[in-house]
Amino acid sequence: MTTAKWITLAAGTALALAAALQPSVADTSGKKIALSNNYAGNSWRQAMLKSWTKNGDAAVKAGVVAAADAFTTAENQVTEQAAQIQNMILQGYDAIVINAASPDALNGAVKEACDAGITVVSFDGIVTEPCAWRIAVNFKQMGKEEVIYLAKNMPEGGNLLEIRGLAGVFVDDEISAGIHEGAKENPQFKIVGSVHGDWAQDVSQKAVAGILPSLPEIAAVVTQGGDGYGAAQAFKAAGRPTPLIIMGNRQDELKWWKEQKDANGYKTMSVSIAPGVSTLAFWVAQQVLDGAEVPKDLTVPFLRVDQHDLEEKLAGTEVGGVANVEYSLDEAKKVIMGK
Amino acid sequence: MSSLMTPRLLRNLLPAISLTVLLLAIFYLQPRAMSYLGLNLLLNLALPIAFATLAQMCMMTVNDLDLGIGAYVGFVACIGATFLRDTPALGVLMLLACVAAYAALGALIHLRNLPSIVVTLGMSFVWLGLALLVLPTPGGKAPDWIRAIMTWKTPMLPFTIYASVGVALIVHIILMRSAYGAVLRGVGGNARSVERAGWSLLRAKVTMYALAGVFGIFSGLALIGLTTSADANIALRYTLLSIAGAILGGGEFVGGRISPIGAVIGATTLTLAGSFLSFLRISPDWQIGAQGGILIIVLALRILINRAEAK
Repeated sequence: MTTAKWITLAAGTALALAAALQPSVADTSGKKIALSNNYAGNSWRQAMLKSWTKNGDAAVKAGVVAAADAFTTAENQVTEQAAQIQNMILQGYDAIVINAASPDALNGAVKEACDAGITVVSFDGIVTEPCAWRIAVNFKQMGKEEVIYLAKNMPEGGNLLEIRGLAGVFVDDEISAGIHEGAKENPQFKIVGSVHGDWAQDVSQKAVAGILPSLPEIAAVVTQGGDGYGAAQAFKAAGRPTPLIIMGNRQDELKWWKEQKDANGYKTMSVSIAPGVSTLAFWVAQQVLDGAEVPKDLTVPFLRVDQHDLEEKLAGTEVGGVANVEYSLDEAKKVIMGK
Repeated sequence: MSSLMTPRLLRNLLPAISLTVLLLAIFYLQPRAMSYLGLNLLLNLALPIAFATLAQMCMMTVNDLDLGIGAYVGFVACIGATFLRDTPALGVLMLLACVAAYAALGALIHLRNLPSIVVTLGMSFVWLGLALLVLPTPGGKAPDWIRAIMTWKTPMLPFTIYASVGVALIVHIILMRSAYGAVLRGVGGNARSVERAGWSLLRAKVTMYALAGVFGIFSGLALIGLTTSADANIALRYTLLSIAGAILGGGEFVGGRISPIGAVIGATTLTLAGSFLSFLRISPDWQIGAQGGILIIVLALRILINRAEAK
């Protein structure tokens, strides 16, 4: 018992000494950063992982960090991701970047990581544990923006169909809350139906096709991204006039919009978060490791495509992908400084 | 005598051997794991899975299967992070009602002669719905005393190891060493003869279902002690993990053949398998397959041993 205590004490002293001997200016070239991602099953997540890998590999090659490994859990389950984070602690990563399966239920694992001296940065799916950094998107504002656009372009108002995301996920609640708030402020719009499209075109198409027969004339469809193209197909199959469908920056959505625009001057807008936000999270983690002062809560702007820049954004989006912006170190620093 | 004992002994030791091999492989890959902190990080999430596996094992004892245990554990976690913290008396009452519900399920399944798989699968949606009612969006906070227990820094080895060993031994004594335990297992082995001997089958089923409900509660509470807050979907994967854990630990789907110690070891092995694969840097796309591979290897070994036993 006492021997064990002595060993612990000696080890502790040695560690403290080692820490004191390190130069005060941090150098991140020896640091390892890991990405803990909970889900990879849609085009947005695929683009997000691709951005991470591209940016991370370049950073490793340039000697900015020693490693930038990405890990995705297979079943999108909280307990699985908690175990994954605990494994990363053991693997000796210096920073863990998280896209979380749940804002609260990973807090135990995140706390373990912080206690082990690891920098934790969460983005998109953020965690509420105070020791972690959060790169959040104002999803509520994003939903509201859709209705504001409609109010501007459809002053006479009309019936709205809402396509929601995955039930029980915080992002879905936020966007939907924003849409409903917008509809409340613009009473000429009435949400007459709401379905869950799970951010996937096929699911959305089925869901919309199922509810359409029971609905009156629809003026516009408010969406959350990854569901606009499916909704358009459902309207077409039912032989109903195509309403104004808000898009979500997916390549198939933008392409369909372009086709309609060329054929009959179809007007809409498209809004979503750039999957390249993973690269911002990477640089934030790197900056924290570097010793920079970074506020715990950061907000990223969403990426919006309008009638005039549709062609340009579509051209820059690969087939099956999502319109994207990737961050460089300097751009990330600007976001950190709040510019 | 000794040559006759060997296959059987081997069969009983197989879960422990698999665990040891896996643990050694992990220590080899990641020497950092060989410490108090390392063991704690590796094993703490195994405790709730071990409880869920014990719950599943209770059902298997009477030849039933619970496809709702994951959702049930999630529901318990949601109660734990809300009512149990804010109004402890009401929380405890709700948890007792959960156990009563499980006992009632056992009675229903026995009296109406329903297939347990169908009933429990149906109940899984009920549990999930109730969990969403209690906690529509993830959140809540685990009661401090649960958090304190689960993060208790015990001397020498992490708390989770003491707890696993303790629970395994207690359940072993109850089910494998007590007289009524033998009757309960007999229900799975040969229900008719147990009934002819004058034992109530209804009572046996209700007992085992209630016990499953109790272990489910332990699982949910242990889980929120680690995660600090709850989520209705928090434990959905426990359904399949618990079945795999019970089988890996030496249980059988029929015949009342169970092993409480094996079940705890099986649950731990499954948890470690995940860590092992991620230390090996196997792509997540392959991990589920690789986990299945580990299961198949262990079960194949068991069949080989069974054959040797038959000879």
